[in-house]
Amino acid sequence: MLDTLILGIVIFTLATFLGVALINRVPPTLHTPLMSGANAVSGITVVGAIIVAGAGNGWISVVLGFVAVVFAMINVVGGYAVTDRMLQMFKRKPEAR
Amino acid sequence: MPHAIAELLYLVAAVCFIIGIKQLSSPATAVNGNRISAVGMLLAIVVTLLDRSIVSYGVIFAGLVVGTALGLWMARAVRMTAMPQMVALLNGLGGGASLLVGGAEFLKSALLGAPLAIDTAVTIQLSLLIGAVTFTGSLVAYAKLQELISGRPIVFPGLKSVNAVLLLAIIALGAWQVIHPGSVTWPLYAVAALSLILGVLVVMPIGGADMPVVISLLNSYSGLAAAMTGFVIRNDVLIISGALVGSSGIILSQIMCKAMNRSLANVLFGAFGSAGGVVAGRSSEGLTARQVSAEDAAIQLAYARLVIVVPGYGLAVAQAQHLVRELADLIEKRGGEVKYAIHPVAGRMPGHMNVLLAEANVPYDKLYDMEQVNGEFERADVALVVGANDVVNPAARTDPASPIYGMPILNADHAKSVIVLKRGMGSGFAGIENDLFYNPRTAMLFGDAKASLTTLVSEIKNVS
Repeated sequence: MLDTLILGIVIFTLATFLGVALINRVPPTLHTPLMSGANAVSGITVVGAIIVAGAGNGWISVVLGFVAVVFAMINVVGGYAVTDRMLQMFKRKPEAR
Repeated sequence: MPHAIAELLYLVAAVCFIIGIKQLSSPATAVNGNRISAVGMLLAIVVTLLDRSIVSYGVIFAGLVVGTALGLWMARAVRMTAMPQMVALLNGLGGGASLLVGGAEFLKSALLGAPLAIDTAVTIQLSLLIGAVTFTGSLVAYAKLQELISGRPIVFPGLKSVNAVLLLAIIALGAWQVIHPGSVTWPLYAVAALSLILGVLVVMPIGGADMPVVISLLNSYSGLAAAMTGFVIRNDVLIISGALVGSSGIILSQIMCKAMNRSLANVLFGAFGSAGGVVAGRSSEGLTARQVSAEDAAIQLAYARLVIVVPGYGLAVAQAQHLVRELADLIEKRGGEVKYAIHPVAGRMPGHMNVLLAEANVPYDKLYDMEQVNGEFERADVALVVGANDVVNPAARTDPASPIYGMPILNADHAKSVIVLKRGMGSGFAGIENDLFYNPRTAMLFGDAKASLTTLVSEIKNVS
């Protein structure tokens, strides 16, 4: 039990350093899409929401799970879609001239 | 699906997120990267639907459909100027989901009468706290940016003490709950409720101009909340993604703070701008700003070899980014060169101004960061300042008494001449006089940015 916790902390720490290394390479011009894209990634909570909503542990869990799925899914879909919309605007430039 | 395969597929999803962020290092690969990231998310969702002991799918699919529809609608409908609000809202929903999942996991154990392991109990409390603060904090930030409530700092005496007491109460209740893992559930609701209140009180005192920092920070919190949920349900992909988003938000907060020459603590607790500008630097008495007509300004721009445009949030408010591009096109047609100098806090969130200009079809290779462009102002015939103020105030370099002293600025005052488009002589967010406006090489073109630019565009066409 404690082993999984420790392993989780190890993964969390390493992923944080990876994140810092990656994000420092993102140019300032893309910082807004970076934020909305990262935002979509944080919608990964949808995995937890699905488990809670589908486990059939009483109506309170089902209601909480349903709302959580809706929230996380707006986060995921809205985040990716709006990021795509912004990045398209950056992409079309060079050939337009 | 066997557990091991599910775990490996989750790992693939995490790798997709990492590749997605990696490809954001260039505008050329970014679109593809974002899609790879989205595919990773789809994979994680599908694996979850197949793997776990899910007994009822109806509720899940209803939630997925409703969330997808709302998300798509928001992403399509939002205007680029409203992007900070959008991101704030999405952050909040992510935090809200973590809060709900944490709460549901706790209630499940209470219902089944199975006491939680201590580590799960602790991470559930953290999930509730961070998720709830992210949720209401983001909603307040949204309301401020959307101007549903005043963007000014809202402070009352003893606010910091109230916040400290709230936090202590949350910790005490959470600790009690962890130590007594019985069927008593009221402390859970209390922790959630107090955390929701804390989220409101933490963001209320922060002013509109500091929102870039707050949004970045809430972005980081939403990542942390996801990571905590990952600890609760023991899922590594949540931990990895949460850590990635958490570090992204922290880095962006730091960049924004550095651009304003302020510490994070100062932004969060300082209530900047609430002092009513009492500490204004040098007074402007006895100084006069030189006014210029649109015709003269147009002639100056028409014959300039290098024009550096300094856009500020005033440009976005006036929705004048398309006119700036039109003006730039005309200057370029006459053989001049146009560059855009973007200060990190030019918009309402990191990189916001770049998005607004990209929307107006300005090629991204003409957008320059502060470090890239500051050495070029000396070569510029005209620095065209549109709706920017504090970010070009030379007092930041020269006047130790100024509240913005030490803040990195764009050296517009180094240009051979400066044209400032401005509504009137009002001061900027920081409430400080701007010496640049009284510089002998500066000419002021007063009026609404959109109207002034429209006149400039038609005047420059008349220059033979």
